[in-house]
Amino acid sequence: MPIKTVLTAEIENVSILDAEGRFDEKLGKGLIPDADLVKLYGHMCTCRHLDEVAFKLQRSGRMGTYPQNMGQEAASLGAAYALNNDDWLVTCYRENCGLFWRGVPMESILLHWMGDERGNAMPRQHHATPIAVPIGTQMLHATGLAWAAKYRGEKRIACTFFGDGATSEGDFHEAMNFAANLDIPVVFCCQNNGWAISVPGHIQCSAPTVAQRALAYGMDTIQCDGNDLFAVVHCFRKAIKQARSTGRPFFIEAVTYRLGDHTTADDARRYRDQAEVDAWRARDPILRLRKYMAKRGLWSDAKEQELQAKVEVEVAATVERAEGITSPNRVDFFDHMYAEIPADLALQRDTMQTHGIGQDPSQIEGAVIELPAKEGH
Amino acid sequence: MSALREIEFRDALREAMTEEMRRDQRVFLLGEEVAHYNGAYKVSKGMLDEFGPRRIIDTPISESGFAGLAIGAAMQGLRPIVEFMSWSFSLVAADPILNNAPKMLYMSGGQFGCPVVFRGNDGAGGQLGSTHSWCVEGMYSNVPGLKMAIPATPDDAKGLLKTAIRDDDPVFFLESERMLGMKGHVPEGEEILVPFGQGRIRRAGADCTIATWGRPVHFALEAAEALAKEGIDCEVIDLRTIRPLDIGSVVRSVKKTSTCVVVDQSWSFGSPGSELAAQVHKHCFDDLDNFVHRVHTADVPAPYAYNLEQEYLPNARKICEAVRAATYNA
Repeated sequence: MPIKTVLTAEIENVSILDAEGRFDEKLGKGLIPDADLVKLYGHMCTCRHLDEVAFKLQRSGRMGTYPQNMGQEAASLGAAYALNNDDWLVTCYRENCGLFWRGVPMESILLHWMGDERGNAMPRQHHATPIAVPIGTQMLHATGLAWAAKYRGEKRIACTFFGDGATSEGDFHEAMNFAANLDIPVVFCCQNNGWAISVPGHIQCSAPTVAQRALAYGMDTIQCDGNDLFAVVHCFRKAIKQARSTGRPFFIEAVTYRLGDHTTADDARRYRDQAEVDAWRARDPILRLRKYMAKRGLWSDAKEQELQAKVEVEVAATVERAEGITSPNRVDFFDHMYAEIPADLALQRDTMQTHGIGQDPSQIEGAVIELPAKEGH
Repeated sequence: MSALREIEFRDALREAMTEEMRRDQRVFLLGEEVAHYNGAYKVSKGMLDEFGPRRIIDTPISESGFAGLAIGAAMQGLRPIVEFMSWSFSLVAADPILNNAPKMLYMSGGQFGCPVVFRGNDGAGGQLGSTHSWCVEGMYSNVPGLKMAIPATPDDAKGLLKTAIRDDDPVFFLESERMLGMKGHVPEGEEILVPFGQGRIRRAGADCTIATWGRPVHFALEAAEALAKEGIDCEVIDLRTIRPLDIGSVVRSVKKTSTCVVVDQSWSFGSPGSELAAQVHKHCFDDLDNFVHRVHTADVPAPYAYNLEQEYLPNARKICEAVRAATYNA
């Protein structure tokens, strides 16, 4: 028998507004109404400023470890803009912009990184899950959330974000296989920023794209310029439409770059060339949008100054709210351990003692030793 | 017939799942070969026929995958039952089952509960070799935020599993492959719900309290019968759940017997047995005539050879020795 080709594949890369300011009229015209564009731009600027302020807060000891989002604002914002507000948004930690677009309060994110769990109590109406810090676990949750929506006959889908580093985790592959195999409408979006902390992409995986991994699971896939809000919105609209109509997953690789460190705990200058960083600074998603808007007559220096002044006030107020919150009570950490607190845990809460100490027998009498009302049958 | 109906442990588990799935549309079962193959151990036999592939789901061999998916589904209010063919295989799903499920409610500030039941075979005894013979209660019961049930008889298997499925928190439900064929009385057509945190006195006695759960309950009862012939009257308490732990029943018994032996088939170091012993020491310090004696598996991986495996596990002989020592009859 002759040798046959069993699979050939092509992956599209979408760019609409490139770093040089060239705009693809055919793909881009009418994609984002001008009024929305101005709003989205303002949102990215707010997010950027918050990011810079958060960095300074950390450096001055007013915040714990913080992962800057700088340079990666477009991907999650484009997703949140394209999704319905009741679609699940299941993120890791470089999707602030999308979460804020959803309505998640900015102070929640600050509060979280200031080391206050209350920051992660995402109000349920935002359909966003708590920030996932372990790498990759959230992709499976997104798959489960979308599966539950499908089980209930809802049209809702889930969109999950993760970095290129997470694609080496087993959970990534298991989530991808499940979503494809069980027909689950999840949009997987990898923000490929080129670096898993200090490990560059080529040391993480030999494949030339992340997008091609989806093909192995029988999933449609696309790559886009992740710093191009238009390209991101274009790809998400396509992915969301397909996921909603077919119930199948879709993969988007958003090629981007983190302009800052992985988190405030590392120093990217130690492992990245400045020339590489400078080249990506020129591809900043905010910068190119501003130029485009100016060219179109939608933006001016005066408007920019006005916006920046507004953003500074807004972020300062956010910081004030986050820092002004009363410290949690020391017994608060028992609150959400179980749907209903068990007796032994209630005792720990009421006495703040561990199992082993028991220094005050009067605290134990009638509590732990309380016998069950009914003996076993 | 119904009053004296005897069914196998696996049938009791199936009845629990089936009844709860009929009662609540949110409940579904997923795991490796649970649907078309009726389960590796036939626990889910016939369930695909009744509930269809929407609710009885064959998954890829991908424990982290289906455990994580179930957590996501539970976050949206469904009630997944995840079958691990063996709890030994859950080790590759440590992140979802330990790092996500028991903490989801806490880490989301009460926004997302996680009512998942993880269930499957636990423990050695089937000559499956050390990698397939894990007794996970030692490790997993250490984690707050989860509940853990370990039934010893078919009626409790049914009643505890039904309670587990209705529970709003993640429940780790540990069965034993060695016990799936064990028959026991389970009334037909009667709603059995065994509450968590309530032990069951399997045998009343005056001289020594044997506190245990799961498969070793049967070894303890066997030992108690042998010891009765020597004039040592043992009280055997089956705790049924590890989290919550019914320390009250054990304390009440020890206050009567003044001696206690804890039998636990996990390794001794940092185990539910050591926790129980510590609590008994704390609460019964002035009542005890001797320190709490403990019978665990040997501190080695589960052996493959039949005779070694029997010797590795807690057994009636070891329990008898421990009771004699605790009661100064050695």
